[in-house]
Amino acid sequence: MTSETPLCPECDGEVDIPSDAMENELLSCAECGTELEIMNLDPIELELAPEVEEDWGE
Amino acid sequence: MRVALLVTHIRAEEKLILAAFNKRDISPDIILDRELNFDITCGAEQLAPSGSAWREYDLVFERCVSTSRGMYALAILNSWGLRSFNTYETAATCSDKLRTSIAFMKQGIPQPHTRVAFTPDSAMQAIEDVKYPAVLKPVTGSWGRLLARVHNRDSAEAILEHRQTLGDYNHHTYYVQEYVDKPGRDIRAFVVGDRTIAAIYRESNHWITNTARGGLATNCPVTEELDDICVRAADAVGGGILAVDLLEDARGNFVVNEINHTMEFRNSSQPTGVDIAQEVIDFVIGQIGVVA
Ligand SMILES: Nc1ncnc2c1ncn2[C@@H]1O[C@H](COP(=O)(O)OP(=O)(O)O)[C@@H](O)[C@H]1O
Ligand SMILES: [Mg+2]
Ligand SMILES: [Zn+2]
Repeated sequence: MTSETPLCPECDGEVDIPSDAMENELLSCAECGTELEIMNLDPIELELAPEVEEDWGE
Repeated sequence: MRVALLVTHIRAEEKLILAAFNKRDISPDIILDRELNFDITCGAEQLAPSGSAWREYDLVFERCVSTSRGMYALAILNSWGLRSFNTYETAATCSDKLRTSIAFMKQGIPQPHTRVAFTPDSAMQAIEDVKYPAVLKPVTGSWGRLLARVHNRDSAEAILEHRQTLGDYNHHTYYVQEYVDKPGRDIRAFVVGDRTIAAIYRESNHWITNTARGGLATNCPVTEELDDICVRAADAVGGGILAVDLLEDARGNFVVNEINHTMEFRNSSQPTGVDIAQEVIDFVIGQIGVVA
């Protein structure tokens, strides 16, 4: 494990970052399913995605 | 052409939209709704979070998952004369199921029998008027959240009491519909301008068929009849880039359930074989080109 492997802020599991990842993209942790947001790409910073609000949707 | 892509965050759809713009040599500026801080009176000269003045954008493409942020941002930007997809008018109508029902009624678009009441007592009467099973929905909301199908007076009373006690005022507008006895599926059609570019069936064992809730997407052929009702329904709410949700009633007739103005389509290109993002973006580019 390199020091660069980003860890899930919820479960500390390693999170795979897709090669085409973008800032502010959502992804879910493969280990615990928590939804995360990529806050920064270089270096990778992950945060818990914001809670879904009542007016969120299509 | 300069495009501002207004988002809450980046999802699969926004990546597809960006790729479709890139294919046409356009690189939109991504603008996060959390960073917006408008001075209402200072107009389009003021800077967007991107560092460019708003007036430099030929188009604002609104893709916020937060309905209220997206809608109010469009209200402001359109009032300054900026072009957007969709427009504030369309977003405001689609984001409210009651205003959508009124728009359908005005244009004679078939829809489920719907009543509106403002207190638990009158809502109970509305439920008994449309008959059981009845469907109760918040007027704003999505992804099938807080929808209720009630089969009898007992459960109706319980739901009304919960809404009145636990909900804020938004939940005290009781929007009551007949349950449409559909064939284990509903239809989601994608309308771009004056054309239905693709449609899917959403199949589910649950009466709520949203793909966000696990509904399965398969191709639905776009017949002339389907295209006609979808385009008329889209026009009724102001037109644009829209996902029209329809139900088939027991006689096989279409009724339009609602229209979504920041549609999700990640699961729909594969079954339909239509590159929805590219169709949308090419339409948008054509529209801006026409006006500029
Ligand atoms: N009156 C109704 N009769 C039968 N099914 C309904 C009715 N209203 C909604 N549904 C089902 O519930 C799903 C969600 O309802 P909808 O009104 O589209 O709310 P949302 O905005 O949460 O998607 C629809 O896709 C549809 O399958
Ligand atoms: Mg819906
Ligand atoms: Zn995790």
